Amino acid sequence: MTTTGIRSVGGALDRVDALEKVTGRARYAYENSPRELVYAFPVQATVAKGEIVHVGVDAVLKQPGVIAAIWHGNAPRLAPSDDDELAVLQSRRVAYRGQYIAVVVAETPEDAREAAGMLRVEYAAEDHDVDMRPDHPRMYRPDHVNPNFQSDTQRGDPDAALTTAPVVVDHTYSTPAEHNNPMEPHATVALWDGDGLTLFDSTQGASALRSVIAPLFGMPPAQVRVIAPYIGGGFGSKIEVHPHVVLAALAAKQVGRPVKLAVTRQQMFAITGYRTPTVQRVRLGAETDGRLIAVTHDAFEQTSILVEFAEPTAIVTRMMYAAPHRRTTHRLVRLNVPTPTWMRAPGEAPGMFALESAMDELAIACGVDPVELRVRNEPAKDPDTGLPFSSRNLVACLREGARRFGWAGRDPEPGARRVGRTLLGTGVAASTYPTYRAPSSARVRAEPDGRFTVSIAAADIGTGARTVLTQIAADALDAPAGLVHVEVGDSALPWAVLAGGSMGTGSWGTAVVRACEALVAELGRRGGDVPPGGVEAAADTSQEVRGQAEFARHAFGAQFAEVGVDADTGETRVHRLLGVFAAGRIINPKTARSQFVGGMTMGLSMALMEESVMDREFGDYLNHDFAQYHVAAHADVRDIEAFWLEEEDPHLNPMGSKGIGEIGTVGTAAAVANAVHHATGVRIRDLPIRLDKLVR
Amino acid sequence: MTISWDNPGTGGGREARVKGEANTNGDGAAPGPVTVDLRLSVNGRRHPITVDTRETLLDTLRERMDLTGTKKGCDHGQCGACTVLVGGRRVKSCLTLTVTVDDRDITTVEGLSADGVPHPLQAAFIENDALQCGYCTPGQLCSAVGMLAEVADGWPSAVTPGLDGEVDLSKLADEEIRERMSGNLCRCGAYPGIVAAIGQVAR
Ligand code: FES
Ligand code: FES
Repeated sequence: MTTTGIRSVGGALDRVDALEKVTGRARYAYENSPRELVYAFPVQATVAKGEIVHVGVDAVLKQPGVIAAIWHGNAPRLAPSDDDELAVLQSRRVAYRGQYIAVVVAETPEDAREAAGMLRVEYAAEDHDVDMRPDHPRMYRPDHVNPNFQSDTQRGDPDAALTTAPVVVDHTYSTPAEHNNPMEPHATVALWDGDGLTLFDSTQGASALRSVIAPLFGMPPAQVRVIAPYIGGGFGSKIEVHPHVVLAALAAKQVGRPVKLAVTRQQMFAITGYRTPTVQRVRLGAETDGRLIAVTHDAFEQTSILVEFAEPTAIVTRMMYAAPHRRTTHRLVRLNVPTPTWMRAPGEAPGMFALESAMDELAIACGVDPVELRVRNEPAKDPDTGLPFSSRNLVACLREGARRFGWAGRDPEPGARRVGRTLLGTGVAASTYPTYRAPSSARVRAEPDGRFTVSIAAADIGTGARTVLTQIAADALDAPAGLVHVEVGDSALPWAVLAGGSMGTGSWGTAVVRACEALVAELGRRGGDVPPGGVEAAADTSQEVRGQAEFARHAFGAQFAEVGVDADTGETRVHRLLGVFAAGRIINPKTARSQFVGGMTMGLSMALMEESVMDREFGDYLNHDFAQYHVAAHADVRDIEAFWLEEEDPHLNPMGSKGIGEIGTVGTAAAVANAVHHATGVRIRDLPIRLDKLVR
Repeated sequence: MTISWDNPGTGGGREARVKGEANTNGDGAAPGPVTVDLRLSVNGRRHPITVDTRETLLDTLRERMDLTGTKKGCDHGQCGACTVLVGGRRVKSCLTLTVTVDDRDITTVEGLSADGVPHPLQAAFIENDALQCGYCTPGQLCSAVGMLAEVADGWPSAVTPGLDGEVDLSKLADEEIRERMSGNLCRCGAYPGIVAAIGQVAR
């Protein structure tokens, strides 16, 4: 075995799959074309609530190239599932507008699409309710919020404390529905071979997808293979199994040929999930110096008739700041709307918009600098659980960010800086994201020629997982990264947790390190001798992860924004965003920077643009394409910088790393909104920050 | 170019077939698709191919020619993922019917590198980590190649001072790059890396 003594972790290794991606050789789900394949085009419900009374398939079946039209009347029966979204074509009920109610299969994509457009469906429509409002009579307290937190928490007596606190800030904030919109639309290619099913799918978790799909078709998971080496982004929307996967598998079964199905960009607004709209009331009670006495955070949000998805919007307020009296609550209403899902920093992103806007309002009310206010409210331990933090460097991030940004000497007066027509302002907000870790398994193989192959059913959705796992394995094997090849994105590889919750590197990395350690030990026993067939070792981290010590584990950060607002038109531009993060050891500064900057860019986009508008009349998201649902483009992103602190935390995982995929999106929108207030004196409590809210 | 209906090879002249029959489709018996025989010139090679007249260049490349480097992000001209070069100019292949590019020179991301050597922009994208998931990347690359040609030809953009067409490639400002690349969305937010990579090659 080669001994390098050189550490790979910490080095700016180029993305190992970059050449495949820039040359177009990387093959994404829909780009797999088995022989004899046919094309499926789904049909969506055009009512938001009701029953299908007739499906006119005859005319469709006469169309050229059409092989089948499948609907609840002729679809294969699926085994019951606890996820009602997956009971695709199993009933005549319509739960939301845009739900898949039929699929047309044809020889070409053009034939399938044209014929699907001709399918006539008659409904017995019922009155729908798609209106999320905090005073909705059907608001209820869910049993828990995602993934398994208490819905409500309370310490002390916040109501009493708020009546006597010298300074009180009490405001309601809202965030709109937002759609993940990864650049690669969700897509599935389904291929039955005997009793087995192969899915080429754009998924954040091959192992998880397999275990969800198999039972629907009455099979053990081993009979399903999910192949997903390249995924064109996900940001959470490719975590849950959405109806199109089932539809493709079901259609392929029905017609006896491989089926390709791509969700169109427009369909994604109904089918593949979104972040729930939220309304959040935040109350802060403080001493005149800004020290918090009480904090309450009440969140209201929606879910669908089919699935209870309870966004954990207020959980950040449980651990962010010290205050003896505190309460958080979550209320949901089930509406005739598409099912919400995970979207980058689910809970934290909308929740921190509200909390960090309120903190800015408190800073102004107390006449305390907003950076200083946060420093004053730093807790010694997790205020919710009482657990010690494994590490918490929020204050250091704020200080370092203030230094780099040039915060010192900032005049807090709003609306006081004008250059030509542009009002200038700066704002700050804190950022945080939990550090999770889940069990996974991995295998590593030493070849006689000195190379190594690491195998794990992880997913690289653009995070750089392949690259950082290469570095982690290289160090654990004491080998150069160039000799390590990492295979991911296939359920046939050792099972692993999905890419979500910013826990990929921590979870997969632990499994890879343990497998490498086992291999090194085995090679040691053999005196370094690798037989022609190679040597393998494997590891499963279930015990290690479940047995880890109890700590409050979180990454922290500070986000600073400088904005310019046109005094006449209200057009807001983010001139500068600067984030400083403390997220344990950074495995690869190059890919990490991209993660932070990408997250901050989504935060900027959330601040200024993103908004899915519910059409109350028809009950669906109206602006369902990129012409109308705006995301940040090149011209919107001028100067974004991300920095990080050296952070040693021995309580995390063998790498000492915290997740970095989501934290960049947390707090950004509040920093921008706070800067807009500083520029204009107008407080925007309802995202996005549109011109019409600024021009009065 | 030969056009036929349902049955490749039986078609007559384009005028007669398209005007005479394709436009007279009633709602009665379902007609077959109208197809056209083309010789498509992609990445320097001519490919004889019969295409459905409804087929977009994007789908022809991806579904018929296995050139899957060109990506579909929206199919509506709103994201730029499908950008290719037609006659050296950037074009959204999802808004281009294949029948309209017969005899034009088409370049896709697969055709940017020569003899296995990456195009300077491809190398600069890797070096600057100008990609994450990689799904917008082929479109960004083709768009960048087309954009630099536009600049070289003196085309101004909305942020070019004056409209006299004076833009200097060697001094191409980041602001110009951002403006000119704004038709290519990147949801991963790799924009700073993309701008740096293009600037590095341009200047
Ligand atoms: S796929 Fe052509 S612009 Fe989006
Ligand atoms: S790299 Fe993922 S969309 Fe641009």
